[in-house]
Amino acid sequence: MPALPEPDAHERPAVPGRGTILRLRVRNHFGVMTHVCSLFSRRAFNLDAIACLPLGAGAESVVLLIVNESERLDQLLRQLTKLEDVIEVNRAPELRRTFEAMARNLE
Amino acid sequence: MKLTGAELIIRLLERNGISVVAGIPGGANLPLYDALGASTIRHVLARHEQGAGFVAQGMARVSGRPAVCFGTSGPGATNLLTAIADAKLDSIPIVAITGQVPRAMIGTDAFQEIDTYGLSVPITKHNFLVRSARDLPRVITDAFRIAMSGRPGPVVVDVPKDVQTEVVEIAAMPEAARPDPPPSFSADEIARAAALINQAKCPMLLAGAGVIAAGAAPDLVRLAEKASIPVAATLLGLGAMRHDHPLFFGMVGMHAARFTNLLLDECDLLIGVGVRFDDRATGKASEFCPHAAIVHVDIDASELGKIKDPCVGIAADAGEALRALEPLVVENPRAEWLNHARTLRTRYPLLLPGADDPIRPYGIVRHAAAMLPADAIVATDVGQHQMWVAQAYPFNHPRQWLTSGGLGTMGFGLPAAIGAALAAPNRTVACFSGDGSLLMNLQELATAAEEEVNVKIILLNNSHLGLVRQQQQLFYGRRFCASRFVAQPDFAAIARAFGIAAIDLGETPDPAAALAKAIARPGPCLMNVPIAAEENVYPMVPPGGANREMIDGDSSDAGLA
Repeated sequence: MPALPEPDAHERPAVPGRGTILRLRVRNHFGVMTHVCSLFSRRAFNLDAIACLPLGAGAESVVLLIVNESERLDQLLRQLTKLEDVIEVNRAPELRRTFEAMARNLE
Repeated sequence: MKLTGAELIIRLLERNGISVVAGIPGGANLPLYDALGASTIRHVLARHEQGAGFVAQGMARVSGRPAVCFGTSGPGATNLLTAIADAKLDSIPIVAITGQVPRAMIGTDAFQEIDTYGLSVPITKHNFLVRSARDLPRVITDAFRIAMSGRPGPVVVDVPKDVQTEVVEIAAMPEAARPDPPPSFSADEIARAAALINQAKCPMLLAGAGVIAAGAAPDLVRLAEKASIPVAATLLGLGAMRHDHPLFFGMVGMHAARFTNLLLDECDLLIGVGVRFDDRATGKASEFCPHAAIVHVDIDASELGKIKDPCVGIAADAGEALRALEPLVVENPRAEWLNHARTLRTRYPLLLPGADDPIRPYGIVRHAAAMLPADAIVATDVGQHQMWVAQAYPFNHPRQWLTSGGLGTMGFGLPAAIGAALAAPNRTVACFSGDGSLLMNLQELATAAEEEVNVKIILLNNSHLGLVRQQQQLFYGRRFCASRFVAQPDFAAIARAFGIAAIDLGETPDPAAALAKAIARPGPCLMNVPIAAEENVYPMVPPGGANREMIDGDSSDAGLA
């Protein structure tokens, strides 16, 4: 049996300056955040930042996440892609400034 | 046309080819049952929603098509969860339709309200809470499409009571759901896999449930025969190749024959088709096939590299990938490797002590197999009896073998066997069970009697949770805690009380003859087979150990009474 993955508490916490930024295009539907968040939480994988906004006419939303880089992440992204309401998953390092600006506004 | 939500659901089920639904009515799904009563769909009234879920699973496992179960809100839904989770882990297409409290009462802790949507998120492929009857054509069609597309799995559709009674105008009914096309794969990946196969001196094929689900068993056999590749199967892959095919080398894993695990330990290339490298199959994953490069074919891309890193990973339908591989794989007799494999099989055979005695574990499996028709369906519960059957039953074709592999749910056997008999009414269904497992869904004896299904329950009764007892003996210093049943019910009498014929093989002078007679008579029947508590399943890989570290019966049984 493979060793259980380390819980994320032992991994370095992500702050807006660190961590991997993910950009998800999802169907704008009441269950989608539950599906996305629980996929991470039930693998003891911490979500350090979440933002969600409807796109265009509102049929789709964009979900932005900051997660810790880990060797388990690729597997998790493939499972994320499998979710029925998730249309597209990308790494989006260019959005770091978005989070930095958000962090400044919240301080 | 104007229809209520409930009528619409029933029409949509008919549209999708559903002729049998298993379930239990209750307050929140009564409108659905009112509409069901007016339809041609046959309803099978289970006696517990978990039973209904497993009846649906039995139908789906035998037919390969999505099957449907109904439950009411609250406890109806929570009772279904185990059967749904079981379907998720074994990739079985079922659609569970649950009643929910009316929309306005959701979130008020109403009577029999539970968050079915939230509860079913981690154990379904997808789930729906229907918020308007107008959404039903799309939701029900999507539910069937999702259940059967790609890697199959369960879908939950939670329907508030007032959505069931809401009247909507429907212009046209949607077409029956069709599965999404399987993922496309590149010719380059196939060419790389073929090159690895052609170079390999000692390749092995490992067939999993994905081969069965894809209907790819003939493709697997063709590839194996062309390139003379020995085949092993996972627990759920049994039946992909005939047990007596010269290239078939048994089931892999915790209770594999020694030669099977040793052969995999030596191979230089493992071609895993429709497998997910479950820990009960691989043992310690890092030491599974330690000398092998891996070609992994699975329709679920997230399985590739999850446990074992493949040299070539192909996200594809098993049949399509195997058919693409076959012309690129060169014929090769591999005399040396096959000779070695046969030598291992002779030197380290599967030992079936007591196979001649119809009231010992391997004996009852072998005797029953000889008496059952060749196309009989075999269901099991979970525990020692499950492994004895997996080891000793001569499986000949796909979808003949129904067992709870991933979740390992005791209580699976009887309702799944009932579902199998409903899906294949002209075939005999054998349900091997244990006295621990059978009690976990015993109430379905009433369903079996009511439906007069042709299910033969062969109860291996050792008055113990046998596999727990075995692990306590082997790994917990023989400290037997809570694995022995002190009160021992008279199972034959229980079956008769439910209106089911029963015999006790321990009380007949000629158990083999009694067994033959019981199997031959139509309708449900229970055969109680008392077996010794000390009978263990061997070989056994200690949990967490590498597959080559198999414990044998001879040494560890030495001190037994």
